[in-house]
Amino acid sequence: MPTTDSSPESLVQREYEAGFVTDIVSKNLPPGLTEDVVRQISAIKEEPEWLTEWRLDALRRWTQMSEPKWAHVKFPPIDYQAISYFSAPKGDSPKSLDEVDPELLRTYEKLGIPLHEQKLLAGVKEESEQPQVAVDAIFDSVSIATTFKETLKDHGVVFCSFSEAVQNHPEIVKKYIGSVVPKSDNFYAALNSAVFSDGSFVYVPEGVRCPMELLSYFRINSANTGQFERTLIIADKGSYVSYLEGCTAPMRDENQLHAAVVELVALDDAQIKYSTVQNWYPGDVEGNGGIYNFVTKRGACRGDRSHISWTQVETGSAITWKYPSVILRGNESKGEFYSVALTNNLQQADTGTKMTHIGRNTTSTIVSKGISAGGSSNVYRGLVRMNPGAKGARNHTQCDSLLIGSECAAHTFPYIESRRSDAIVEHEATTTKVSEDQLFLCRQRGIDPEKAVSMIVNGFCREVFRELPMEFAVEASKLLEVSLEGAVG
Amino acid sequence: MSLLEISDLVVSVADTEILRGIDLTVNAGEIHAIMGPNGSGKSTLTSALAGREEYVVDSGSMRLGEADLASLEPEERSQRGLFLAFQYPVEIPGVTNIEFLKTALDSHHQARGCEELSAVDFMRRLRELTKQLELDPNFLKRGVNEAFSGGEKKRNEILQMLCLNPRVALLDETDSGLDIDALQVVAQGINAFHRPTNAVVLVTHYQRLLNYVTPDYVHVMLDGRIVKSGDASLALDLEERGYSWLEQA
Repeated sequence: MPTTDSSPESLVQREYEAGFVTDIVSKNLPPGLTEDVVRQISAIKEEPEWLTEWRLDALRRWTQMSEPKWAHVKFPPIDYQAISYFSAPKGDSPKSLDEVDPELLRTYEKLGIPLHEQKLLAGVKEESEQPQVAVDAIFDSVSIATTFKETLKDHGVVFCSFSEAVQNHPEIVKKYIGSVVPKSDNFYAALNSAVFSDGSFVYVPEGVRCPMELLSYFRINSANTGQFERTLIIADKGSYVSYLEGCTAPMRDENQLHAAVVELVALDDAQIKYSTVQNWYPGDVEGNGGIYNFVTKRGACRGDRSHISWTQVETGSAITWKYPSVILRGNESKGEFYSVALTNNLQQADTGTKMTHIGRNTTSTIVSKGISAGGSSNVYRGLVRMNPGAKGARNHTQCDSLLIGSECAAHTFPYIESRRSDAIVEHEATTTKVSEDQLFLCRQRGIDPEKAVSMIVNGFCREVFRELPMEFAVEASKLLEVSLEGAVG
Repeated sequence: MSLLEISDLVVSVADTEILRGIDLTVNAGEIHAIMGPNGSGKSTLTSALAGREEYVVDSGSMRLGEADLASLEPEERSQRGLFLAFQYPVEIPGVTNIEFLKTALDSHHQARGCEELSAVDFMRRLRELTKQLELDPNFLKRGVNEAFSGGEKKRNEILQMLCLNPRVALLDETDSGLDIDALQVVAQGINAFHRPTNAVVLVTHYQRLLNYVTPDYVHVMLDGRIVKSGDASLALDLEERGYSWLEQA
């Protein structure tokens, strides 16, 4: 008989393709976090004084706070004084694509991210009817390029780096920053508020449907740094925007911290669709290295009939701590959360969402698909809160776990707090295993075991993938395949 | 020429010997029926041929044409033309029948180094087959065996067989749990598949499928051995007399 080990667990050895380092000279701030460091970051970015003060206030609050302990994750204490809080490629910031260091351009080319305006995302055939994608490329602490700015400007859409927004649209930034995620919201959000570097800024004016997908691509390159990006998206009345984000990092033996804050604001009748494909370096098979992805993402449906939808595909990071949430303040507003979280080897994920129903007839939908392989731990944690004023509010939650092998763990912590007797809250949950029988059926039909596992996992995630824009769905499906790739036996 | 050649095959599961020396030669163009009571080893034989891991070949050989089956992975056995219709087909939620069959067929074509079927030709072929098996066209868009009735699952096995067009098809109790209409559809599928260049091995408890698919040979298995072989009339004898007379023999 063949001696090949065909058990499902042996089929999920990952190979991380984005693990290369770009050889480029960076200017880094020395490690450590003090008021002085915060002032320096603010000075490098030539920020107005109110923002410097805002950061310093956040720092003061942060020093009074401690790390949250409730998540189902384990890691050694982080030395926040050993991290460098700013790293940027050396040289003046480029004014146009032509001025960007070719080495940087090659990095994005290798990652399949188009920085030239005629190009499309890698993995998608170039067909003229394909929609174009505008890209904001963030490398360590700075944005190096944003494409299609002019086209977007013609429609009144602002898509630029956060730093640029501070310079060019200070009144909007000032109005909304910290209005969804207050600076002392939690330990990591406070840290971010003190030291945040670049991220993306989007403003879609009243009645405008953004003519193309917007993509921010985050890349951590330098060692011993963290990435603390901050993203702010505002959809004015009756507007629509679809925003995508992707991220990767080199393979390193040390853990690196990524503590981002994302704030979304949707006014009356506006819709924001936010999709993430998270592929930070997950660490090696023994659990060495990898990114700590401690992120606060929250959307505010401020306006009536506004609609915010989060779709995430989380395959990377050593530890993920992330709960993209929606505050449903506007009447008849709608919040959605579609998630695929895959953990392998010794990865840990504690992820889910919070839906806070405040307005009347608000609805929310949660679909979470957790896939655990190797010795990993995968947690869904969700809170659905029906406030007293949320007359006629409804939620539907579906939470499915798929186990590959017998060393991994899946946990589900759904919390429901309802202060209304008429609120409808539904919760469904399943846990299944990729069975030997499923695998054997595939193999008997001629499909090799790796392809079989990836097909089974893709099938399991179907409901979430169909929420992704086409370009990203292809990417996500490929990524799952890569994440599950490995030598048989 | 023999398509399937099994000699003195001894197979155990969890260190218990189940097959105690099976000899069977299946030639191109033939239909064989293997009958026998529960626990006689019929399903063990098909599982060992298909290469299920827990079925350990202790001695003897099994050849598919020129190939020594024991040295091949299950998917390679399939790619070389061995098909097993399962007694209890499992569900693969979210993977559509179309996707599943296309992936399977592409794997076969790749293994043989020939070009993959175009999506248009593939869909045309698939639609013909669903019609032939009296399946709802929407059936193809549903998850593999997901919420299928018993009859649909079995017809799906036949659909996969017709689509992959193997050299040797092993059908493990494909007739069980079917009503008479479904049984006839399945039988028509088998007859449509069967040609002078391929072979069918039916594993069954009952004579009733053999009313619609006429075997060239009938073998009776008891306690891990083939104790009697004959022509189609043997199945009728069994229907009438049961298996006990063979046990005493």
